[in-house]
Amino acid sequence: MARIGSMFPEMWRHLFKKRATVLYPFERLNVPKNFRGKPIWDADKCSLKCKGGCAIDCPAKAIVMEKIDEKASRPIFLLDRCTFCGQCAESCPFGAITLSEEFELAQYDRKSLASKQW
Amino acid sequence: MSVSIPIGPQHPALKEPTRLMLTLDGEKIVDIDMRLGYNHRGIEKGAELGSYIQNIYLTERICGICNVAHTTTYCQGVEELLGLEVPKRGLFIRTLLCELNRIHSHLLWLGVAGHEVGFDTLFMYSWRDREIVMDLIELISGNRVNIAINAIGGVRRDISDDMRPQILQSISQLEARAQYYLEVASTEVTFLRRTQGVGKLPKEKAIELCAVGPFARASGVEYDVRKDDPFAAYPYLDFKVITSDRCDVLGTAIVRVLEIMESCKMCRQIIEELPPGEIKAKAPRKVPPGEVVSKNEAPRGELIHYIRSNGTDRPERLKVRTPTLADIPSVLYSLRGGYIADVPIVFAAIDPCMACMDRVILLDSDSGKTKRMMTWEELREYGIGWYANKKG
Repeated sequence: MARIGSMFPEMWRHLFKKRATVLYPFERLNVPKNFRGKPIWDADKCSLKCKGGCAIDCPAKAIVMEKIDEKASRPIFLLDRCTFCGQCAESCPFGAITLSEEFELAQYDRKSLASKQW
Repeated sequence: MSVSIPIGPQHPALKEPTRLMLTLDGEKIVDIDMRLGYNHRGIEKGAELGSYIQNIYLTERICGICNVAHTTTYCQGVEELLGLEVPKRGLFIRTLLCELNRIHSHLLWLGVAGHEVGFDTLFMYSWRDREIVMDLIELISGNRVNIAINAIGGVRRDISDDMRPQILQSISQLEARAQYYLEVASTEVTFLRRTQGVGKLPKEKAIELCAVGPFARASGVEYDVRKDDPFAAYPYLDFKVITSDRCDVLGTAIVRVLEIMESCKMCRQIIEELPPGEIKAKAPRKVPPGEVVSKNEAPRGELIHYIRSNGTDRPERLKVRTPTLADIPSVLYSLRGGYIADVPIVFAAIDPCMACMDRVILLDSDSGKTKRMMTWEELREYGIGWYANKKG
């Protein structure tokens, strides 16, 4: 049985419904528990002497290892390249990298997106 | 007298660049020719340069809409090469995400189909309901689109017990909405007049032209990789393959909406029967030499990944055959004999994804023969030279 305007009752019902969107940035939604945001590096857990499994596995080549001295090196996260997949956190055998809930990372300058966390 | 009209590569009716050359007699399409290759991204070449772990995220980016289907196919292939057994819980969670992905893709398609026929109300409401399943995907994996749930050897995120009530509630909500859309799609005149009897594809032709996915199932071809070549947790699940004998665009809409309902049932079954245990097996980095063809039923149809390994931590070759490519011959057939105004909706019936599909082949225009493959250095040199000439 064909009829016209079959979605009118639905539209009428939605007229009195609460708005689905929020007025960002005045109102904010919570990010989900498993969210992958800006990577956070924990200097205490990092062995500093490993080859940098995080940098090797990063699919976007967003982690560069900076040399401290002959043997030790530490990661710089280039957030302009980062795809926030979270592979670095998984590849790190010491659990030194975690992905935080921080997602508002816009900058005016690409260079200031390189995150040195020390 | 016949007139030739080009549509594309850039055209308001097309969402992605492709080129259709229509030969018209009045408003009827007499002949149609298509040219692909405007959206080449070099992903297959890129996969040869990355390790197996890096390629998970690369294959995920082949298609944003069916991202889980691509990673599942890829990971399955690598696991088969490794001879790795994935824990059962991992398989179940992988399958759950595959089905949620299918629900979201089909709701998205329904909206696009509504938009193409000028029924924008359907577009807005089905996309609003798509948020339910997007929220569910976000709850489980943490992100909305490129969810990175699959890893070689299992999945990366577990489902905790406190998520279950919310998942079950959202699934029932989606089921009710799918029932409503089925009613709308099969009764609303605005939709019926534009889709009924449009883009006819008889069953024999669908088999002959190797159509896949919901487009083939709408022509009565009962082919579904989930049933015919079960993978992941599908052998444990109870479901039926949805087909329709309508053989037109309305048939594909009905098949897709019914598939949403079937997927909802499967999701519920997975949540209820979720086995305990590990979610991921540890995978070695180096893959022994071999080759594998991995198949999956993506939301759009049968998806094939071919992987060849050479004993290192990088694949020697990754070849992807996306369902859109398999559906192109049959959609060109179903466009023939129709009206020019129906081109957008008939073309949308296969849920085309040009960016997933486009490949490049170099032809020598004098001899018509395929050119030799370039090495990476040659390609780089060629690219630099091309831009330098353009500037000068």
